[in-house]
Amino acid sequence: MADYIIDSDCLKISGSLNKDTVADLFAKLQKEINFEKIDYISLLDLDNIDSAGVAMLDELIIMSGKELVLKDMNTQVKDTVSVFESKSLAISEMPAKMGFFELIGDAVLKFISESFQMLVLAVDILYWSIIALWNRKGQRKGSLIQQGVQIGVDALPIVTLLSFIIGFIISLQSASQLKQFGANIFLANLIAISMVRELGPLVTAIIIAGRSGSAIASEIATMKVTEEIDALKMMALNPIRYIVVPKFHAVTVCMPLLVLFSILVGVFGGMLIGIYYLDLSMVSFLNACLQIIDLKDIAISMAKSIVFAWQIVVVGSHYGFQVTGGAEGVGKATTISVVISIFSVIVMDALFSLFYLI
Amino acid sequence: MQKPIIEVRNLVAKYGDRTILEDISLDFYQGEVTVILGSSGGGKTTLLKNIIRLTEPFSGSVKIFGEEVTQMPEDAFTKILKRVGMLFQNGALLNSIDIHENLSIPLEQHTNLPPAIVQRVIRKKLDLVNLSHALYLLPSELSGGMKKRAALARAIALDPEILFFDEPSAGLDPITSAQLDELILDLKKLLNISIVVVTHELASIHRIADRIVFLHKGKLVFHGTLSEAKECKHETVQEFFKVGRFE
Repeated sequence: MADYIIDSDCLKISGSLNKDTVADLFAKLQKEINFEKIDYISLLDLDNIDSAGVAMLDELIIMSGKELVLKDMNTQVKDTVSVFESKSLAISEMPAKMGFFELIGDAVLKFISESFQMLVLAVDILYWSIIALWNRKGQRKGSLIQQGVQIGVDALPIVTLLSFIIGFIISLQSASQLKQFGANIFLANLIAISMVRELGPLVTAIIIAGRSGSAIASEIATMKVTEEIDALKMMALNPIRYIVVPKFHAVTVCMPLLVLFSILVGVFGGMLIGIYYLDLSMVSFLNACLQIIDLKDIAISMAKSIVFAWQIVVVGSHYGFQVTGGAEGVGKATTISVVISIFSVIVMDALFSLFYLI
Repeated sequence: MQKPIIEVRNLVAKYGDRTILEDISLDFYQGEVTVILGSSGGGKTTLLKNIIRLTEPFSGSVKIFGEEVTQMPEDAFTKILKRVGMLFQNGALLNSIDIHENLSIPLEQHTNLPPAIVQRVIRKKLDLVNLSHALYLLPSELSGGMKKRAALARAIALDPEILFFDEPSAGLDPITSAQLDELILDLKKLLNISIVVVTHELASIHRIADRIVFLHKGKLVFHGTLSEAKECKHETVQEFFKVGRFE
């Protein structure tokens, strides 16, 4: 407990002036004291004082606007005051925050610079990927198979499950509407077109972005933070060739296969609804599917899947290589790479939709 | 006779079935720097973590400020924790926030101090570790030595009565390491803090140690002053002070 009394021009503080008592006393003094009449602060009856207490005395002196004199200090109080005295410390200015327009300008500049860097990285990755088709040097042995398993095989169960559920749900929702008009057979057209043209590639790309894109970003970011990338450079190895190219090759092969699988499973999910809810036969459902889908749809779908795959690898690698700031940076790089991958995949999907108009 | 500030009695620590510390009994005294020494894997950090309950002891007793802490309820132990500070091996600053915010955490969470006083305390504590210029920098913008000093400023934010250091010199160059030792001695002198340091840097031990605790393969083989340690007949202790490192 700390308290005070006023004795003519002297403020006498008593009790313990520490982090637990300073808040109350400081509020009381601010409210009740007219510093114009005070010239001294007496600490004769002070039992003990800590850094918060000294900070309060300094704050009082600065608030008073004059040189209040501290007096009657015992050795312990005097020593503590001399250690923690902070009146003479230079006040560091907080870095100025950017205004609204500065923030917009900064964001635009960052976007332009990042897009350029990503483009350069994409060209670099493409170049080394083509070189690596003939010359496997500069890559870890067996890395293509390992990456293929991680990106493709390991993703198969989740792609299967989600594609089946999506095909099943879309069919279920549409079937009741189609049934009202006697247009049961058109369920096959609907599910085939939506799975081949849109949902197959998109769902797979979103899963791969969340699963493999984040893994790529975090792996590279961790390697950057722990100086493994520098170590590779010092061993005269190109980090892009050593780390990214096997992933690029693996995803280029695996993604179209995963998309094909997703389409088949999605259509199968829809077919179950067609057979058991709309009383269609399996043969008529499959016939309708094959009639509505032409080669162009499949070709665009496969092209899409490869472009999406490349986007995911480039975005993941970019944010991995750009990481700063230790473990915290790795988390941020991973999060932003997933967000940007999914965003760019959806934008690219919209652009691909234009091809269907031709 | 000086009163111990930490009393450890018959402490046993285990990781699974593996015994790390066997029947350790020792005292740490007010206003002294006690250095815990020992080979890697000898149980130094485990002893420190058992004292401050970052790891639960298997058996035995630990008293801090005269209170048994091993079985103490969490809220009572929180009160003890507010009176101690810890400098971790890598500083353990929160990376997502700047140094100013790192220091304001204990002050804002555990006191009702008005913002003006909090600012003043933060600035003074950073000044004490010669880091006034780093107030608004992120930990990632600091060097290893600066990070440790900033972490030390955070550890002393609440004027602790006991400070624990886990290998303060690890990863630092000899000059920075010596500066950190100077800082430890200054804090002891200025604030009368009891300091417990885990290290195996011989130069550092000579600079700061009042008392030595020597652990070997989980057992306490020596406990006494630095000069007594140099006269100790135990083979490993002799070897350490002769060679300056563990073979």
